[in-house]
Amino acid sequence: MSVRDLVSLSCKEIVELVTDYRCDALDTADRVRFEQHLFGCTWCMTYLKQMDRAIELIAQLGRPAEPVSVPIDTTKLAGLFRAWRASEGRKRE
Amino acid sequence: MDPEPRSEDRALIAALRAGDEAAFVAFAAMHQGSLMRLARLWVKNEALAEEVVQETWLTMLESADKYEGRSPLKTWLCGILVNVARNRIRKEGHSVPVSSLGDPEEPAVDPSRFSPPGVPWEGHWWPPPNPFPEGPEAHVLNRELRADLEEAIGKLPPAQRQVIVLQDVEGFRCEEVSEILGLTTTNERVLLHRARAKVRATLERHYEGGAS
Repeated sequence: MSVRDLVSLSCKEIVELVTDYRCDALDTADRVRFEQHLFGCTWCMTYLKQMDRAIELIAQLGRPAEPVSVPIDTTKLAGLFRAWRASEGRKRE
Repeated sequence: MDPEPRSEDRALIAALRAGDEAAFVAFAAMHQGSLMRLARLWVKNEALAEEVVQETWLTMLESADKYEGRSPLKTWLCGILVNVARNRIRKEGHSVPVSSLGDPEEPAVDPSRFSPPGVPWEGHWWPPPNPFPEGPEAHVLNRELRADLEEAIGKLPPAQRQVIVLQDVEGFRCEEVSEILGLTTTNERVLLHRARAKVRATLERHYEGGAS
């Protein structure tokens, strides 16, 4: 048996499975093959960590760098709610 | 398991239907920012996005009695926004970007990063990837990185951009994103994978100091 048979997935195949792995979408056999490869392959482990870093940093895009310049107009929201209540009332009449 | 699934969400809906304005304003103010960000994935400017968000709130109020608590209220709300935005685009005669998967062969990593066919380690990394910098600062989005990532996400095909913003910026799970966008979970993951792979490549260029 060659090393290639033991490491049955190539790095090129592994990188395509990273998201399925992180979303817990691999079946048991594939997950085992994926983890076996990662165990012996520093480079794919590096790739997985790079993807994790990307996810970690993207999550921070949701928090604005500066305080939101336009404050949320609660008066407008309240107005929206009143307009809806009024139209509901009309429907009931 | 929560014995009363989404009791908070359902309590809020009950309050809205009972006319609790303060409850609505508090809830809407909390989600306004997210909805605006999502609306911008479909419409091009701030004013249009605001209209989409307003219509979303009205639609939510009007259909409050249809909320059954099967998915979290925020998922349901975002589903409404996606419909409103798509209808808006349709009405204005623009073509709706289809959530197509794009090129079926689009690889996550440039194939030239792997040993070519015919060599002993075909399909394995060469040159290998370098680990990203470590340390507390490396985990924080600085101004320069933020600009690079925003640009990378801005350049993604619409379907990929919608998926990555919902999942990785807004924090929805795979199944929720699929529900909001009306995609199968398999297709959702394909789009997410391609989007994340491109952002990773941007980070790699950023850290290695090279231009694209």
